[in-house]
Amino acid sequence: MGRTLAEKVWTDHVVRAGENGAPDLIYIDLHLVHEVTSPQAFEGLRLAGRPVRRPDLTIATEDHNTPTIDIDKPIADLTSRTQIETLRRNAEEFGIRLHSLGDAEQGIVHVVGPQLGLTQPGMTVVCGDSHTSTHGAFGALAMGIGTSEVEHVLATQTLSLKPFKTMAITVNGELPEGSTAKDIILAIIAKIGTGGGQGYVLEYRGEAIEKLSMEARMTICNMSIEAGARAGMVAPDQTTFDYVQDRPHAPQGADWDAAVEYWKTLRTDDDAVFDAEVVLEASDIEPFVTWGTNPGQGLPLSASVPDPAKIADENERIAAENALAYMDLEPGTPLREISVDTVFLGSCTNSRIEDLRGAAAVLKGRTKAPNIRMMVVPGSARVRLQAEAEGIDQVFKDFGAEWRFAGCSMCLGMNPDQLSEGERCASTSNRNFEGRQGKGGRTHLVSPLVAAATAVRGTLSSPADLD
Amino acid sequence: MEKITTHTGVGVPLRRSNVDTDQIIPAVYLKRVTRTGFEDALFARWRKQDDFVLNHEAYRNGSVLVAGPDFGTGSSREHAVWALNDYGFRAVLSPRFADIFRGNAGKGGLVAGEVEQSDIELIWKILENQPGTEVTVDLVERTVTCDTLTVPFQIDDYTRWRLLEGLDDIGLTLQHEEDITEFESRRPDFKPRTLPART
Repeated sequence: MGRTLAEKVWTDHVVRAGENGAPDLIYIDLHLVHEVTSPQAFEGLRLAGRPVRRPDLTIATEDHNTPTIDIDKPIADLTSRTQIETLRRNAEEFGIRLHSLGDAEQGIVHVVGPQLGLTQPGMTVVCGDSHTSTHGAFGALAMGIGTSEVEHVLATQTLSLKPFKTMAITVNGELPEGSTAKDIILAIIAKIGTGGGQGYVLEYRGEAIEKLSMEARMTICNMSIEAGARAGMVAPDQTTFDYVQDRPHAPQGADWDAAVEYWKTLRTDDDAVFDAEVVLEASDIEPFVTWGTNPGQGLPLSASVPDPAKIADENERIAAENALAYMDLEPGTPLREISVDTVFLGSCTNSRIEDLRGAAAVLKGRTKAPNIRMMVVPGSARVRLQAEAEGIDQVFKDFGAEWRFAGCSMCLGMNPDQLSEGERCASTSNRNFEGRQGKGGRTHLVSPLVAAATAVRGTLSSPADLD
Repeated sequence: MEKITTHTGVGVPLRRSNVDTDQIIPAVYLKRVTRTGFEDALFARWRKQDDFVLNHEAYRNGSVLVAGPDFGTGSSREHAVWALNDYGFRAVLSPRFADIFRGNAGKGGLVAGEVEQSDIELIWKILENQPGTEVTVDLVERTVTCDTLTVPFQIDDYTRWRLLEGLDDIGLTLQHEEDITEFESRRPDFKPRTLPART
């Protein structure tokens, strides 16, 4: 019987097969590290007198706690500063490559890896961060892990993992103008639910996925965890190879040829069987926004806030009632009429150069709605530099948006970039949980294009609403 | 991780069921960057109450915690085991443990032994009538001895073996280090390395 993409990558990394239902020992090709989930892992090594087995397969950046203004000044928050300083000491002591605040390669760990060409097809990639699924866009098996697993990978470059099930998510046809990868993934999560992917590795496939750029595929794989899946993948193709080629850590010369030859085998066989299958038609996918407090509570922008009374399932009804109370929304209100206070363009979901270009194209020559705060946070220092080279920063500045330095920023508000109580935000990030962006803050997840159009009109909008 | 065959120390009667991990260590202590030094965090809220068992002189240096059913429920935080270890506990006895806590305990070198509720009651009485009484947890025989009472406890074979051998997850994996080295020798040359840095 044929094998799926995920099964092929898994098989190629088995160091030792588990017997009698025990987990397999899986080799890890790339370990990404940041300041929040690594301190106790390094301390554990120190206490046990163990070294990092493969510093040359490990790379660290500072992202969760970093300020996005005044980055040359000391970090005010003591906890944030301690975590950053601890990472710097640990990187020094254990010989780990670290890109610190102010460095041209600093940025969100999931933006930095692909940008350096360190994320490649057929690899196993882990990080102490649930959005590690991002790297699956390259046909890598990439997943988030906990702190004790971070220590385990540092010490052994392996992980003990139980086998997973596979789910095909096929998106047929062509995406309408104005709809993007973010709308596809929000529509998928609304369809299968926030637990729909639990226990599965998702493989996104079909014409609409094949036509997406690498950055768009990263947006989709990034939010696999929001559907409950630990990993999401897209089979590598010419788009993938073209993206990787000539990046700093891409294979060169004969290595490149050998790599591409291998990468071309990383496709699900025609006779392979998935444990589950989901099919969507791209032509049905409109710009999507969330109205509630989990990423599955989303609807097309043309819809209205749902009426919980009409939801049959009791758990979902109660969840919807609670969400509407928290979000301060009335059933039946057209989503397009919801006014926002803040627009956040950033996060590991949507902070790459294409995201910034797309939003800037919408904003160019237009005027910001009164009283709207718009914050643009590039995913990495490199993205920021590139945007500045292209003059995109000027578009944002002319529009009245704040042009910030790179980091996770308002996606989770570990740094000072937070919503205040009751503040409503159209956010290109990945989680609309209660309090995620700041205590009492209200989050609507949107694409970069919807974020930009919303900043112009002041209410949730798509570019099509602007003319 | 230290090997454990038997442990003898002062028993602490904790007459509570459903001791969740947020009671064992409140969330506020999770911001720390260290792996040790959580002794002050253990049962932090309860220790503010004068009559809490650990505030009694006779129990203060206890190392065997004897608790009610469903110990370690709630959030999966590994810090709960670290805090118990740091305070000086080597074993927790309870009629029933939450799954994640039991797993974390085994990984962290803490014995989590399941003892019948009726036996727990007998141990509590001895420890309360004679504060400071020592309890012996014999991992080889899977028995608990307290004064003249000896009762069995349950622990799965795999976890018992790991504790007896002093193997943590990493130690277990490193038993197969030759396999890892062999795998590394077969990895294709085109796989990327982060060092030396190219930018």
